[in-house]
Amino acid sequence: MTLALPGTAETSFPLRMERHRRSGVHPALLVAAMTVAALALIPAGFVVWVLVQSGWETAASLLFRRRVGEILLATLLLQALALPLCIALALVLAWLTERSDLPGRALWRWLAVAPLAIPAFVMAYAWDSTFPMLRGLWPAVGISVLAYFPLAYLPIIAQLRRVDPAVEDVAASLGHSPAKAFILVVLPQLRLAILGGGLLIGLHLLAEYGLYVLIRYDTLTVAIVNQFQAVYDGPAANLMGIVLVACALGLLALEAALRGNRRYARVGGGAARHPPMARLGRSKALWVLIPAGISALAIGLPLVTLLRWMLIGGIDAWHLPELTAALAQSSFYAVAGALLVTLAALPVAWMAARAPGPVQRALESVHLQVGALPGVIVALALVAITVRVALPLYQTAATVLIAYVLLFLPRAIISVRASLAQVPAELQNGAIALGRSPLAAAVGVTLRLAMPGIGAGMALVAMGIVTELTATLMLAPIGTETLATEFWARTGEFDHMGAAPFALAMVVLSIPLCIILHRQATGAR
Amino acid sequence: MSVLSIRHLGKRFDKTWALSDLNLDVAQGSRTAVVGPSGSGKTTLLRLIAGFEAPDTGEILLDGQPIANSEAGVPAHRRNIGLVMQEGALFPHLTVAENIRFGIRDQPDADTRVRQLLDLVELDRSMADRQPHQLSGGQQQRVALARALARQPRLMLLDEPFSALDTGLRDQLRAATADILATTGIATMLVTHDREEAMGFADQLVVLREGRLAQAGDPRNLYLAPADATVAEFLGPSIILDAEIRNGVAHCALGFVPLAGHAGWTGRGRILLRPEQLHLAPADGLSATWQLQSVQWVGGTAYVSIRRPEQSVTLRFPSGQYELPAAGERCTVRVSGTGCVLGK
Repeated sequence: MTLALPGTAETSFPLRMERHRRSGVHPALLVAAMTVAALALIPAGFVVWVLVQSGWETAASLLFRRRVGEILLATLLLQALALPLCIALALVLAWLTERSDLPGRALWRWLAVAPLAIPAFVMAYAWDSTFPMLRGLWPAVGISVLAYFPLAYLPIIAQLRRVDPAVEDVAASLGHSPAKAFILVVLPQLRLAILGGGLLIGLHLLAEYGLYVLIRYDTLTVAIVNQFQAVYDGPAANLMGIVLVACALGLLALEAALRGNRRYARVGGGAARHPPMARLGRSKALWVLIPAGISALAIGLPLVTLLRWMLIGGIDAWHLPELTAALAQSSFYAVAGALLVTLAALPVAWMAARAPGPVQRALESVHLQVGALPGVIVALALVAITVRVALPLYQTAATVLIAYVLLFLPRAIISVRASLAQVPAELQNGAIALGRSPLAAAVGVTLRLAMPGIGAGMALVAMGIVTELTATLMLAPIGTETLATEFWARTGEFDHMGAAPFALAMVVLSIPLCIILHRQATGAR
Repeated sequence: MSVLSIRHLGKRFDKTWALSDLNLDVAQGSRTAVVGPSGSGKTTLLRLIAGFEAPDTGEILLDGQPIANSEAGVPAHRRNIGLVMQEGALFPHLTVAENIRFGIRDQPDADTRVRQLLDLVELDRSMADRQPHQLSGGQQQRVALARALARQPRLMLLDEPFSALDTGLRDQLRAATADILATTGIATMLVTHDREEAMGFADQLVVLREGRLAQAGDPRNLYLAPADATVAEFLGPSIILDAEIRNGVAHCALGFVPLAGHAGWTGRGRILLRPEQLHLAPADGLSATWQLQSVQWVGGTAYVSIRRPEQSVTLRFPSGQYELPAAGERCTVRVSGTGCVLGK
């Protein structure tokens, strides 16, 4: 072979040495992560401040009242009824769509995720405008289950697909029937998924506002927002906020206690086979009624109602100029918020993927704790802080965006961290060995390759922002007209026809959410 | 002249020294292989040279110029040291040509160079527009080599680049890589845990053990005259015997064995022979002192066990002999070449 290349190039002398950085994390990255962590501590700091500042007597006089007791009881009762029902429904649907020969499983799987495209307050609006007599606990429980069960369904099917099919074969070889094998060896492996999904639903139920206002069921969040709207930044709302935070902490503690510390990860690569499928036999038609009925109630009725109101109202009731304006405002908040929250998540997610350690773990838990706090607390905290120390920010778009950053930070961290972790560090090192500066290699190789995952995470945040109601209502500057606030203003005036186009726009904008989440849970492309 | 000089190099992770007091020179145009069991510090050494880790003691010099010591170092991207990693680590979002061009994209003749490099690593030019996932494992490694060669590095580091390949392909690619590097004249350091790969590739073999240099030198010398029993066993099947040594000749269970380079030596010690030095022959009367206990054929190699009853010595070793006495027969053992005295 003839040599087409010269030998080696002269290294350009002198090579300049730089002091070693031993910590593994660039100081700028650490400072950025610590800044975001400080921001994430605002709501928790606010709670502590309210506790210290109010003093025992004020707190006791405002909290130990019959009304507060009733609201707390109503909130807990809702949790106690809706949570187990959500999990049971999610489990039954997951078993039917993943482990039985139910006809049309792929369709039912999609339809079980689809309710996530309909914001809970839109679902409540559909039911309320069709059956105005629905009031109180049981309708609240029913609509909560229909709106939130997919949050448990998704992690359960994802975990069901990860369970090594060989364990069921082994259980069968040890003399257990398929049904018993499922209960003995598969169900325990779903524990973390059930608890994780359950915690998510519990926190959503605590934070939900619109649904319970429409069904006239007073929970803590409803009472706090009402109080806030009557007296801005008053001690009564703030103190009830503390009760709400206590409920959230109770849920976290319950989940941690039930989770335990046993190992559930599968050992080794496992068998690459399809798991056994239960034969439903002649009762198939009856089983189909379950997913069909749930889909009719959770998707069918809301969509039919929305379309009916739009048809009755006719094109004039669609308020096209207002709809366009609201769409533009919602898009601005969604895009700006998603960009900001992704930027805020990047430092700590980068540390988690590339330089994990005790400092990073501590910072990450500070980032994540804010996710357990309801939107109403974040809003109360930002009102309190802007009114006292940053008045120019009070009731500005900037404050709304900070609220979105705080509310969606955990969601963004999880997707950014997972996307970065999938890019091998060797690729970045390879680029550095080929002469790229560390920053250029990080941006040009690692971030570039992580972009699809980060983009999907941004889409999830953007869709969350479009349908966020509570904090937006409490913080938005006067004159803000997003899809959610416009919809809410019209339902407040019982303008069902006028509200429908805004609701439909939110549903359409949320459809990609279902597609992304379905793909993440099933691993399908 | 040495391209790479390593002086008293040490690296600590928490309280464990992954590498300590290592001294090493790599000559211009040479091929060095670093071998050692897992945890011996091979990869740490490579990452220190490449600039991905900072040493705690000692220094590293490239062309006589310091590039790292315990205080400071030249950043990895300015060292111009080539790197080929396990499974290639090709950028999955770039085509073959873009991967190769990655380190030289600012240079005006980049496209010409890409074509020359494809030729050099014997890849068809039509592959330039393929995506990495469309290539076989061997082709991916050729692209990774071309990508590293594009910048005409002072030194090439190969981090187990053949370990993910099938045996046949591995030997073929190893030979091709050695040829290509010889053509370009770039000094190379290969890190591997595979001793045959190391011995087949290098003209300098470096054995690491628990973060220290166990021995370095010509591969054949190291194989025949290792410093101690551990190095001997790491480099290949060994027959280690207690011996009484007088004037450069060992008296052991195999009789009198001449020793290399130990003319004046006298005393007790242990000597090393390699299995291929031993030839078994059927008993020819009085001299038959050994009994062939068992023979197990695996392809062309026989795993034999021979015993000398009166001295209670049993030897087990692989033999490449075409014909062997049958199991149970008495036999004689002839030794070719010289033995080597092992250190403690």
